[in-house]
Amino acid sequence: MSIAIDIHNATKSYGDKTVLKGVDLTVEAGTVTVVLGPSGSGKSTLLRAINHLEKLDEGYVALNGELIGVRVHGERLKERREKDILKQRSKIGFVFQNFNLFPHLTILENVTEAPISQGVKPKDAREHARTLLARVGLADKEGAYPRQLSGGQQQRVAIARALALEPEVILFDEPTSALDPELVGEVLSVIRTLAGSGKTLIVVTHEIGFAREVADRVVFIDEGLIVEEGTPAEVLSNPKNRRTQDFLSKVLA
Amino acid sequence: MTAVTHRPDQAPPADGTAVTGLPPGIDLKQLAERKVLPLRHPVRWVITALVLVLLANFAQTLFTNPSWEWAKVSQWFFSPAILKGLQLTLLATAISAVVSFLGGIVVALARLSGNPVLSTLSWLYIWLFRSVPLILVLIFLFNLGNLYPSVGIGVPFGPQLAVPTFTLLSPLVLGVIGLSLSEIAYCAEIVRAGVLAVDQGQHEAAKALGIPQRRQFFRIVLPQALRSIVPAFVNQIIGLIKASSLLFYVSLLDLFGVAQNLGSTYPTDIIPLLVVATLWYLILTSAISIVQFYIERFYARGSVRELPLTPLQRIRRTVAGIRSTPQGNTIA
Ligand SMILES: Nc1ncnc2c1ncn2[C@@H]1O[C@H](COP(=O)(O)OP(=O)(O)O)[C@@H](O)[C@H]1O
Ligand SMILES: [Mg+2]
Repeated sequence: MSIAIDIHNATKSYGDKTVLKGVDLTVEAGTVTVVLGPSGSGKSTLLRAINHLEKLDEGYVALNGELIGVRVHGERLKERREKDILKQRSKIGFVFQNFNLFPHLTILENVTEAPISQGVKPKDAREHARTLLARVGLADKEGAYPRQLSGGQQQRVAIARALALEPEVILFDEPTSALDPELVGEVLSVIRTLAGSGKTLIVVTHEIGFAREVADRVVFIDEGLIVEEGTPAEVLSNPKNRRTQDFLSKVLA
Repeated sequence: MTAVTHRPDQAPPADGTAVTGLPPGIDLKQLAERKVLPLRHPVRWVITALVLVLLANFAQTLFTNPSWEWAKVSQWFFSPAILKGLQLTLLATAISAVVSFLGGIVVALARLSGNPVLSTLSWLYIWLFRSVPLILVLIFLFNLGNLYPSVGIGVPFGPQLAVPTFTLLSPLVLGVIGLSLSEIAYCAEIVRAGVLAVDQGQHEAAKALGIPQRRQFFRIVLPQALRSIVPAFVNQIIGLIKASSLLFYVSLLDLFGVAQNLGSTYPTDIIPLLVVATLWYLILTSAISIVQFYIERFYARGSVRELPLTPLQRIRRTVAGIRSTPQGNTIA
C-alpha cells in the first residue's frame, strides 16, 4: 500500500501557545483514520494544516509525494502562492463541523460551484452533482436552499460538495457534532459508504462506535502531540496511555 | 416529555385538567376547540384616530390656503426648465451612484487586502473625503484650473504629455467626479462592513474548495455581503440625490437649482416652485424605495426560509383568503 498523506514535524503556535508540537503521521491510501482527543488538543488545527487552511510554523504535509502549501526554496521550505495552493486544495475535500454551505446558492449550485470554477462544463458539473446528491440520498432537494434543510441533510450536501472535485483525500472535522442525536446516523452512514470506496478519509469525531466499526487506524492526540496510535482494537479496547484511558472512560461513560 | 406535577397542597381541579383558578362553570376542553382571540390594542386606535384628525386638518389647508397655488404647481411641474433640471439631477446621481459603488468595492478591497501600502492608501482616502464637506470638494474641483492649469503624465522632470484642465473636463464631469469622490469614501465603508459581516466559515469553505480568489469574492462573499450593503447603499443614493443639489453652487442647474433660479425670476411663484421640487424629490425617492424592495428580496434568497411577499402577492393572497374562507378558520 502506498502512503497518501505524510505529515512530518507539524508545529504551530498561536502567540506563545503551542498548539501542535511536532506531529508526525502517515496515512495509507484508501484507509480510514479516526482522530480522537480532548477539546483543544489540536485536532482541528492538524486537519486544517493538511489542506493548508492553517499555515505551519515548522514541518510539512505531503499528499502523494507533493508538498502542500509550501515548496523547497534553497535550504528552507517556502510558502507557495495562494493561486497554487488553491489548486492543491481541490485535491483534498474538507467537511466542516458547521457545514458552511453557501446559503445564497441552491443545493445543486453548492455542489457544482467548485467544479465549474475549475473549468468543468456547467452541464457536466450538474450531471455529476445530481449523481452525487442521489448518492447521499438528496436527489429531490437540488432546488432547495441550505437553510430549508435539516442539519443532517445539510451535512450530506456538504459531503456531496466535497466529493464533486473527486478528491483523493477527504477530511472530516467533527462532522456530526453540530447535529441533533437522531440525525448523526444518517451522516455517519454516508461516510461509511465512502470508506472502502478507495478514498482516503481522516475523520475527527467523538463517535467511538463509528471509529471501532469503520476505522483502520485510530490516532489519539493530546496537547498537540500524538500520544497513541494503532488499530481500533489496540487504541479503543486496550489503550496503553493514561490520557487515552482517561479520555475514553469519559467519552464512553 | 415532561409530566405535569401537582404540589401536594394543591388538589387538581374537579374537571381533571391541570389548570387552576378557572371561573366556575367553565369547561376548558370546550374552549380549547375554538379559535384563540387576538389581543386588541385600544391605545393604538386612539393614537391612530388622533393622528388622522391632525393629518386631515393639514390636508384641508392644502386646498383652502390659496398660497399653495396648485394651478401654478401643475403648470410648472412638467415645464421644460424643471424637466431639464430633473434630468441633470438624475444623470449626476445615476453616474455617481454607479461609479461610487464600483469605486467603493475597489477601495474596500484595498482596505481589506493584506497589502499594507494599499490598505493605508485607502484608509487615507476614506479619511480625507469623509472629513471634507462635499461643497468644499466641488468648489475645489471647479478651481482646479487655477491650481493645476494643465494636467498630464510623464517621467518626473522628463518629457511630459499635458492637456489644459478645462478643455478636458466639462462642468458636469467635474460635478460627477466631485460627488463620486466623496460617495466612494462612504460606499467603501459600507462594502467593507458588508464583507466583514459574512461568516468566516464562508471564506474558509470557498478556500477549501479551491475556488479562485476573484470568484471567491464575486460569487461567494459579495452576494452575501450585498444583503447588508443594499439597504445602506440605497440610503446613500437617496442622500446623493439631495446632495446633487449642491451642484447649484458650481453653476450646474439641477432640479433644485432650476427651482431656485425660476424662483428669483418669478418671485410670486416661489412656493409653487418649491412644491414642484419637493414633489419630484418625493417621486424619485419612492421609485428608488420600490426598486430597493425587490433588490433586497432578491438577495434574501436562501437567507430566510420564506421570502417576504411582494405587495402584489400580498393583495392576491388576501383576496384569495377572503374568498375561500367564509368562516375565516382556514389558513390563507
Ligand atoms: N486562530 C486561533 N488563535 C488562537 N488560538 C487558537 C486559534 N485556533 C485555535 N486556537 C487554540 O488552539 C488550540 C487547539 O485548537 P483546535 O485545533 O481547534 O482544537 P480541537 O479541534 O482539538 O478542539 C485551542 O486551545 C484553541 O484555543
Ligand atoms: Mg475542533
